[in-house]
Amino acid sequence: MIHVVLHDAKDTVAVAVVEGIKAGTQLSAWIMDEDKTITVKATQDIPIGHKVALKDMAVGDTVYKYGVDIGKVVAPIKAGEHAHVHNIKTKRW
Amino acid sequence: MPVIDKNTTFWGYRRENGRVGVRNHVIILPLDDLSNAAAEAVAVAIKGTMAIPHPYGRLQFGPDLDLHFRTLIGTGANPNVAAVVVIGIEDGWTKKVVDGIAKTGKPVVGFGIEGHGDHETIKRASMAAKKFVQHATALHRVECPISDLWVSTKCGESDTTSGCGSNPTVGNAFDKLHPLGTTLCFGETSEITGGEQIVAARCANDQVRERFMFMFNRYQDMINRWRTTDLSESQPTKGNIAGGLTTIEEKALGNIQKIGKKCTVDGVIDKAEEPTHPGLWFMDSSSAAAEMVTLCAASGYVVHFFPTGQGNVIGNPILPVIKLCANPRTVRLMTEHIDVDCSGLLQRETTLDQTGDRLLEAMLATANGRWTSAEVLGHREFVLTRIHESA
Repeated sequence: MIHVVLHDAKDTVAVAVVEGIKAGTQLSAWIMDEDKTITVKATQDIPIGHKVALKDMAVGDTVYKYGVDIGKVVAPIKAGEHAHVHNIKTKRW
Repeated sequence: MPVIDKNTTFWGYRRENGRVGVRNHVIILPLDDLSNAAAEAVAVAIKGTMAIPHPYGRLQFGPDLDLHFRTLIGTGANPNVAAVVVIGIEDGWTKKVVDGIAKTGKPVVGFGIEGHGDHETIKRASMAAKKFVQHATALHRVECPISDLWVSTKCGESDTTSGCGSNPTVGNAFDKLHPLGTTLCFGETSEITGGEQIVAARCANDQVRERFMFMFNRYQDMINRWRTTDLSESQPTKGNIAGGLTTIEEKALGNIQKIGKKCTVDGVIDKAEEPTHPGLWFMDSSSAAAEMVTLCAASGYVVHFFPTGQGNVIGNPILPVIKLCANPRTVRLMTEHIDVDCSGLLQRETTLDQTGDRLLEAMLATANGRWTSAEVLGHREFVLTRIHESA
């Protein structure tokens, strides 16, 4: 079963595509562009459609999805944590 | 075996001006809010007609007024419409809309309420509408080449499954439609933010690129003039955020998946303008679902691909809206709204090519007459885009 997907191997976040991901679950992460799978452990619950961090990130770091810059980190994130509006913001507006 | 190729045909209504529609509506079109009551009364009296009430049309001026006329005329001119009865509060502006639609050669007539009253107007409009319905119901579909099909797209209440699944499905379908000489459209100007260089790079030439960047920057200027915060909950919407989308850049990269991997952007149109040659057109437009789909209908598009994540329920009075969704939870909980289930993509059960083909099959079935979920559920959202306040 695929738990989360990412587009590009450069991505630092992946999207949950199944419901009910609980903290502690070893996640199967499908890299769509390369058709390869890696694993990451969820340290928090990740709702379906929401993102999980694939690596530790510091405030000010760029977040990568689709292989490109999609925003900046505004609160420290550890790999496996829920990544969303509480720790990532737009750079544009 | 591809679902479509250059020999593919569909059965449509060839209108007086050569354009092909996939529906055969007779519409009662109010010029302004004051004419809604009479228009709705005609639609009750004459079966087979549809009133399209709306809240605007009075004391508008400048580019806002130009857009109003362009949208109403374009709606009447759309090839999915067989005939139009226009009702307005006075004769002058009513005639402007009638004359604009009459350029297509289709049956159209208008009635002003001042000097006549509602009852007299309803009577005269009903007599015309009856003739139009009997004219329209005598028309036949004919076999038309796929290049006669104009397809638009906009996504709504997106979440992260849109960018991962349903939007790339549209992109895959567009990549297959584009080389066959079809006319396609995408837009949602603010929702390109973060991906504008990617779209600019896909523009067919410098002229198209310059016009695209002009539209993009014009929209950014408007947003910067009015915003108080980072637009969080407006763009992305509360629904987008609940579904997992975090930033406008992330939403934009998902949005842009709809133009596929190969399509060039061949032209740029302003809101409700008609494209002038085949290819993929960028239309400057709102990212609000009903506003943008209304603009696509006014530009002349006859089928619409609408990928959704969290479950946008929108339809349009004259443009059949096909819903596709890659979020398994939404497909399960809002099943009556979804025409194409793409959730298998995200479990690697189906390929992008297979899913794109399923969307093209739905497109052909819709073009040939099958009603979309939104049509069956009675969703007829008609929302006029405004540029500024009335005088």
